[in-house]
Amino acid sequence: MAAQRVIAAVPRGTLMPKSLDLLEGIGYDVAEVRENDRKLFFDAQGIITMRPSDVATYVERGVADIGIVGKDVLMEQSDRDLYEVLDLDFGACRMIVAVVEGNEQASEEQLRRRGTLRVATKYPKIAQKHFGQTGRQVELVEVKGSVELAAIAGMADAIVDLTATGITLRENGLVVTEEIVDCTARLIVNPGAYRLKSEEIDRVVAELSALVAPNAEA
Amino acid sequence: MSSAETTQSGGASVPETIPVPMGTRDVLPEEMAELREISGRVLKVFTGAGYGEIATPALEYEETMRLAGADAAENVYRVPDKDGQVLTLRFDSTVPIARLAATRYRAAEPPLRFCYMQHVYRAIEPKRAESRQFLQIGMELLGLPAQTGDAEAIELLVSVLRESGLKDFKIAVGDVNFFAERLAAAGITGSAKDRIVHEMHTRDLVGYRRELATSSVSPADQKSLEALAVARGGRALLEAEGAEELIKLDDLLAAAGVADQVIYDLGLVRPLSYYTGTVLEVFAPSSGFPLGGGGRYDNLVGRFGRDLAAFGFSLNLERLHLAVLAEQEEKTS
Repeated sequence: MAAQRVIAAVPRGTLMPKSLDLLEGIGYDVAEVRENDRKLFFDAQGIITMRPSDVATYVERGVADIGIVGKDVLMEQSDRDLYEVLDLDFGACRMIVAVVEGNEQASEEQLRRRGTLRVATKYPKIAQKHFGQTGRQVELVEVKGSVELAAIAGMADAIVDLTATGITLRENGLVVTEEIVDCTARLIVNPGAYRLKSEEIDRVVAELSALVAPNAEA
Repeated sequence: MSSAETTQSGGASVPETIPVPMGTRDVLPEEMAELREISGRVLKVFTGAGYGEIATPALEYEETMRLAGADAAENVYRVPDKDGQVLTLRFDSTVPIARLAATRYRAAEPPLRFCYMQHVYRAIEPKRAESRQFLQIGMELLGLPAQTGDAEAIELLVSVLRESGLKDFKIAVGDVNFFAERLAAAGITGSAKDRIVHEMHTRDLVGYRRELATSSVSPADQKSLEALAVARGGRALLEAEGAEELIKLDDLLAAAGVADQVIYDLGLVRPLSYYTGTVLEVFAPSSGFPLGGGGRYDNLVGRFGRDLAAFGFSLNLERLHLAVLAEQEEKTS
């Protein structure tokens, strides 16, 4: 049987350049994808691009066979039926709890007095789990845009968000009070493709694995 | 005039419709005719092989579901009965049929062969085009032991899929015992085992490797268990890994001429804990989702009062239908 094409879902945004580098490294033609930032569907190249939080959706539904996605997205969408096969070891970020600088004590006091904290986040599931596991009750406020604003504007006592450098947090006068988890980019695979294209998938995984950790044993 | 009136000559007011609950839908004549047709052909294969069609109540006592294990009682719709007992809406057909076989066929000579087509209900929040009510078509074979029973079921599954009109499909076959035995042989027990199995259940191979790396297993075992989790292939793989039970099964499948339809997947685990041996999932290139699954559950019927080894599988009829249609579309385009 001839080798079958493996369609890749690539997240737009910060993970995109390195994702394309890796795919190029294993034989995908990514030149047009790099140049054209309006087009989404690159049929000839076997690549589709989308916002990061949609990658798991497209791969789960089998529109793409593999995808590159942050661990943060996978944790937030943990009920998806997907194989997480490889830590691609880039796009390192931390999921953190942050409060407005100087308010660290006030938050503690708030928790003590009202018994609950108001927390704004784009990651309600991760936030709920973190505070639940650490024995604190929270009122979650789900926001879509800049989460920092929720804290600065006083809508929330704290935020749960992803940060790479911490610069945005600092510029907005927020300080990190807790680290929840480290996140890196992961390679995910559709469960059907995992069996039906097992040889091709294994080849992709092996080659990417060699690129990511060249010194590790195969 | 009711506010739900949708046709108004003036056209000025916004029409309202009465919705159905998310994750449920109506079936209209064209599709219904096709579903009848495809299910008719599938049921004919079952009954032709000696499987009697049965139906079980849409409502069962919660206690019945509980006997199948705590994980089988998740995502179940519960309704309080007038006398305070809790009723559940049919979640799958295997558990009710285990009850039926153990109670109504208490003295019948095994093996017992049943097939069914009925709706099941899942209390989920459908955000991913999942259904809260869907039509399952399947079989249960009770009283035949491993390999013999597994092979009969898998052979029947291949016939059913072919008869449905689906051309291109594979059945992924694993063995939950083999995986568990290999973990035990490497000295992985207790909470470490639970964590590792959890990573396999959630299909998180990164987490699986991390748990292995932080466990106390030897480097050699670590390497072989890493390989085992992603081991997919044919006869050669089974021999290389020494999967004796699956080799016996493969002999029977080869003799029946259906071994080509099977991909052995030694890391395959199914979400329900009542499985005790061979497990399977059905995949087709024309469908992004599995079309169905099943496996061996030798301890379940016994919990209802009669010890019977058993194997069963079910297919999601609507997904199967869509896969057949997608395949035909592919061919004509």
